[in-house]
Amino acid sequence: MFEALDQLPITLKAWLVGLLPEAWQAVASPVLSAAALVGALAVLFALATWIERKGLGRLQNRYGPNRVGPFGLLQPLADGLKMLTKEDLVPRNADRVVHFLAPLAMVVPVLLAYAVMPFGRNLVAADFDAGLLFFFAAGSATELAVFMAGWSSRNKYSLLGAMRAIAQMISYEVPLVLSALTAVMLSGSLSLVTLVDHQAGYHGGWLARWHVFTPWGLAGFLLFLTAATAEANRSPFDLPEGESEIIAGHLVEYSGFKYALFFLGEYLGLFAASGLAITLFLGGWRAPLAGLNWVPSYLWFFLKLFGCLALFIWLRGTLPRVRTDQLMNLAWKFLLPLALINLFVAALWHLTAGWASVGGGLARWLVGGALLAIPYAVLGRALFSGPRRGPRVYRYAD
Amino acid sequence: MRAAFFILAVVTLIGAVGAIALRRLIHCALSAALAFAGLAGIYLMLGAEFVSFAQVLVYLGAVAVLIVFAILLTPPAAETRAQPFCKPCLLGLGVAVLVFGVVWSSVLASSVVWRPAATAVPASSAKLIGRALMTDAVLPLEVLGLLLTAALIGAVVLAWREKEGSD
Repeated sequence: MFEALDQLPITLKAWLVGLLPEAWQAVASPVLSAAALVGALAVLFALATWIERKGLGRLQNRYGPNRVGPFGLLQPLADGLKMLTKEDLVPRNADRVVHFLAPLAMVVPVLLAYAVMPFGRNLVAADFDAGLLFFFAAGSATELAVFMAGWSSRNKYSLLGAMRAIAQMISYEVPLVLSALTAVMLSGSLSLVTLVDHQAGYHGGWLARWHVFTPWGLAGFLLFLTAATAEANRSPFDLPEGESEIIAGHLVEYSGFKYALFFLGEYLGLFAASGLAITLFLGGWRAPLAGLNWVPSYLWFFLKLFGCLALFIWLRGTLPRVRTDQLMNLAWKFLLPLALINLFVAALWHLTAGWASVGGGLARWLVGGALLAIPYAVLGRALFSGPRRGPRVYRYAD
Repeated sequence: MRAAFFILAVVTLIGAVGAIALRRLIHCALSAALAFAGLAGIYLMLGAEFVSFAQVLVYLGAVAVLIVFAILLTPPAAETRAQPFCKPCLLGLGVAVLVFGVVWSSVLASSVVWRPAATAVPASSAKLIGRALMTDAVLPLEVLGLLLTAALIGAVVLAWREKEGSD
């Protein structure tokens, strides 16, 4: 019974492919995988916008959407219809071709990144040997899309926003990749399926062997989430869109469905980063406790995904936006050194793998934890006690 | 498979031709990025996963963005509307033929061409590449690292001086 429920998507796909004539089956299999992915992600996107608006409403002491459907659940549908029927405005001086292509260049690489994500047991569209590299490669292609949007709009705000966004994405890609590398070092593989398999088994027969339950894993997870927040241009790192300063940055000249596509791309990018964090550190689709193995694996994955989403919404509702200099200082003076130290701790963890059997497990924990906690405290203090800046001087505005 | 190759080849060729024939420099840079992406697809089709992903990561994610930034940060005079095929076209043609000849002859001279094509892709090519980088090719790797570090420090020094001058 459990086996059947767990493998339901795979058996369903095999049955559907089996219905087709022999010649079409080789083409139908990947097409079906892609269609299922896009469909599931569209539902997830709609649900996420609703959760975000409801959650932000709760944090700001108001109701949020509650008019369309029960609890406002049909609000995403209404939003989608509104976006489709809106006029598609293109500035007269805009570069029409590039302006049209930018939203597509944003969404397509993000969708591609999901191809290597293991959503459940055996539930992965393409298990590449260098899957992690594929993921980061697909993610890096969106920088060009942001530039295309900003440049083709022929608007100084959009160009400024695009430049900010690209600078931010490039800066935060370094800690993002470095913190992901720790998990690769310990499991010795770039394949996401193997990375999940490396987290199989249970500590003491009940607690899962997730990477997040080790010093380097915890630090890596937190570093990864921070860098991913900045990479996805989300609050508190949403300077590129800064509504109050540069009126939504590279999105300023987009309306209607093109704007919705950008919105979709950003949300899917956030889900993809959360999914990768789950795969690398939170055990992927594996259950947290040995007794909970009867829940289908893909449900675990999506449960964890919604947990990450709730965290991001909480952060957005709580933290104010950072300044540009704070943003860059955080990336280069705090996250990058910590990520490098974390690599060292991960190497130490690998070398001291034999200690656990001798009974030095606790010592291993303490050494690893201290190696991370002390630099954390020192770097954090240095970050906030820098030279105080006087009142801001405006060179051109006075 | 054949259809996929033809689609990728056409995309790559369109990107490459656009990169030299289009008038606006930004358009040229973007079509060059398209050519990079097409090449990555061809690598992937040939079973060279690692090379393909590295191609996207480096060329699409970094080199294309670098080119675009360089175009934007140079004075607008660089964005000319001059004829794409400039006067000394014979010179350019000569250089192109010469470069092609050198590449052609060196490809033919290398042992790779005469080796029978590998029938199966190794199970873990990323691991093999990593091992080779750390053993056989460790000297070139270190030299490259040194070069890049020197360039990085040089860039920091240049940026630093400019700031001191302006304030």
